[in-house]
Amino acid sequence: MKKTTIISTFALLLVTGACKKDSAFLDVPPKQVVTSDVAFSDPNLVLSILADLYNRVYDFSGLDNGWASFADFSESFPSENGSYYIVQRTGWDFGSWGTWDYKYVRDLNLFIERATAATKLTDAQKNQFIAEGRFLRAQYYFELVKRMGGVPLITKSLNYDFSGNVESLQIPRAKESEVYDFIISEAEAIKGLLPVNVSEKSRATPAAVLAMESRAALYAASIAKYGASTPQVTLPGGEVGIPASSATGYYTKALAAAKEIISGTAGNYSLYKQLPDLSDNFANLFLDKSSSESIWVEDFKANGGKTHGFTTNDQPFSISDEGLDAGRLNPSLNLVEAFEKLDNSYAPMATKDGSGNPIYYTDQLDMFAGRDARLAGTVLLPNGLFKGKRTEVYAGYQLGNGTVISSSDATITQDVPGLGKVQVVGKDGPVNGAEFRTQTGFYIRKYLDPTVGSGRRGRGSDVNFIRYRYAEVLLNAAEADAELGNYAEASGYINQVRLRAGLTTPLVLTAANYFDRIVHERRVELAFEGHTLFDMKRWRIADAVWDGNSMSVADLVANIGKATKRSTQPFGLWPYKYYNPGDVNNGKWIFKETKPSPVTGSNRFLLGNYYSRIGDDVIAANPKIVKQPNQ
Amino acid sequence: MKIKFHHILIGLFLAASGCKKDNYDAPTSRLSGRLVYKGEAINVEYNAVPYQIYQPGFATKSAIQGTFDPDGNYAQLLFDGTYKFTIPANQGPFMWKELPAGTRDSLTVNLKGSQTVDIDVTPYYLVENAKFTAIGRKVTATFDIQKVITDANAKNIDRVYLYVNKTQFVSGGYRLGDGDPPSIAGSAITSMNNLSLSFDVPNIVPTQNYVFARIGLKIAGVEDLIFSPVSKVTLQ
Repeated sequence: MKKTTIISTFALLLVTGACKKDSAFLDVPPKQVVTSDVAFSDPNLVLSILADLYNRVYDFSGLDNGWASFADFSESFPSENGSYYIVQRTGWDFGSWGTWDYKYVRDLNLFIERATAATKLTDAQKNQFIAEGRFLRAQYYFELVKRMGGVPLITKSLNYDFSGNVESLQIPRAKESEVYDFIISEAEAIKGLLPVNVSEKSRATPAAVLAMESRAALYAASIAKYGASTPQVTLPGGEVGIPASSATGYYTKALAAAKEIISGTAGNYSLYKQLPDLSDNFANLFLDKSSSESIWVEDFKANGGKTHGFTTNDQPFSISDEGLDAGRLNPSLNLVEAFEKLDNSYAPMATKDGSGNPIYYTDQLDMFAGRDARLAGTVLLPNGLFKGKRTEVYAGYQLGNGTVISSSDATITQDVPGLGKVQVVGKDGPVNGAEFRTQTGFYIRKYLDPTVGSGRRGRGSDVNFIRYRYAEVLLNAAEADAELGNYAEASGYINQVRLRAGLTTPLVLTAANYFDRIVHERRVELAFEGHTLFDMKRWRIADAVWDGNSMSVADLVANIGKATKRSTQPFGLWPYKYYNPGDVNNGKWIFKETKPSPVTGSNRFLLGNYYSRIGDDVIAANPKIVKQPNQ
Repeated sequence: MKIKFHHILIGLFLAASGCKKDNYDAPTSRLSGRLVYKGEAINVEYNAVPYQIYQPGFATKSAIQGTFDPDGNYAQLLFDGTYKFTIPANQGPFMWKELPAGTRDSLTVNLKGSQTVDIDVTPYYLVENAKFTAIGRKVTATFDIQKVITDANAKNIDRVYLYVNKTQFVSGGYRLGDGDPPSIAGSAITSMNNLSLSFDVPNIVPTQNYVFARIGLKIAGVEDLIFSPVSKVTLQ
């Protein structure tokens, strides 16, 4: 009896428990997933989604992409044992620099669709969010088109209907010009939806949109104009290559967008002029987060979770906060000698006089005096100042009879006649093959953070990375104007940038000189900002500049300032201490152009490198994708 | 736990069954050949002229990629089957048949065991009778040029170069000397016979008393050069 009661009680409990509705039991909203209705009901939640999309913006060179993203193209030498391949290879794979992140495109499309469908946001909030999403999408299509040419232009989220037929999802490549047209039309459509705010640097603003438009239109225009010189780099369907007839139209658009920023309707941007020393001023432009010049940046915050190791990787060896972590990125002499003299003329570094004798300098910095102020602002020269200390760069002692006494490390002393055992190379290099010290004689100064602790791995640096800045807008305007034949107006724009660099004699652009001058100005002003490859590509001179021939010193010092000057191998400029007691030049410095010994390859840019290879997986999944012209 | 006989037995079984091969055999059929024009080998740059071999019939389509050797040879180890051999667009100093739809023609190869398939192509030019002599450290080359394609597809000569290297890999990227190699501009060529170029061989470390040389001909509007065969030259 007792047993029966217990069993029936349990049975009853079971039955009543089972009476609970299935939906009440199973349909529990998951706590770790925020549905899109919920996420798009609150502007703060939308902002956090947007922050992820901003974080995924794709850059070529970037402070959080690693120092090596700045290191290629003979503009610098990589002083790290694992990275010598950059100067030892003889060219680039056809797949180099490619990107195909349609997951990001889908996320952006979904963001735009969901923000559009949101019901609990105000119209102003919705407009702002949608415009930002469209800006990021256009920006990524810009990255795609400059690497891959025309790509499938997908502007809404694609969904599979489980019918077994995926053809509706297979979208062919658009024409290269159509992708540029899309970027330009998106920019035109959203520039009015965003609030003008000069102090907003890390989110989309009308100026950021216009700067993107101006650069994109300029790229399209130069591909249209200069693509004619590489007829092999085109596809019959226009997926690669833009007809020459549209060049003028694109130049006009590039100029108009640049002028809109210059006129101030998108906010009061101006060239950064805060410090009396022009070189310090130029270096500070990249350090000052409230600079009136930066338009759109990737921002970082120390002790806030978003930092980068650029300063750790590239600080001078003897001033390093982190022992042996230093000195990887060494600007090359190729770049250094491109900075012109204050009279607007080009000259190689004066190492020898007319009769071939070395020139003696009392201070190492005297070698670089009288040049474009951006040189010392971009490059930390030998004996240059960083964090209150001077770098110590010399490759050895040179005696009166021409003998050079050197060693493999600053701590290994050598016998110098009359001095005994002394240190014979600088603590900061250069020694062939000694990593983490300069091997060209130069360190990088752009982005190098003088804040205390910025060189430590743990703290990192929070210098921001400028994606668009006012000086580039001026150079865009100058280039577009010159290409349209308005040389006087173009000279006005380029001279604003040059005046800030201490080049006070105005430059007169003409039909004969404008191309070389524009190419040169972008190279020195925008060095290490991720422009080199794409500029060389759009002007179609990459295959001439990086032609695969190795270089001699005679090659190096010839044709400086010419757009197609060969630059296949990075050179260094090594200082030596002259030791000859009794001689008037005793204790002074001499310099020698030196090719660091790890440099054994020479860059060769093939026609197939103009557009990155599209992966076999992409083509296998979508047979409508046309291959690249050399693939 | 004491180790008993059956424990050892189980251990042995496990070890023995683990020995079973779980791999396919590696491919053993060798497809090889060379680039030829009328039986004459076409010499190209090392690692510069690619070819692609497709095996049709699979869901995903991707090519087996390779590049021709400097003397025009190629070789791949493959499984038996039917393959299609092609050369990608705008590659090689020769014409490859284009199909009307803008695609490239391909060569079907039925591979059963090792096989030699020579690839017939029509070069724009040929460098012929190249002779290399050395006086002291000066290498002098004499050669003739033959224009092969003379119809509407004909192209001009851009430049002719003399390349000298210390190894058998001789081309623009693999050579002795910095700067521009000795060359003749296409516009300066008046006669296609008995052309001559010379090069002063710099000191080689470690010392060797021989070098390798060949002539490279750059065709206007074509990226890849066509070469003469590599020749070993002894320095006096």
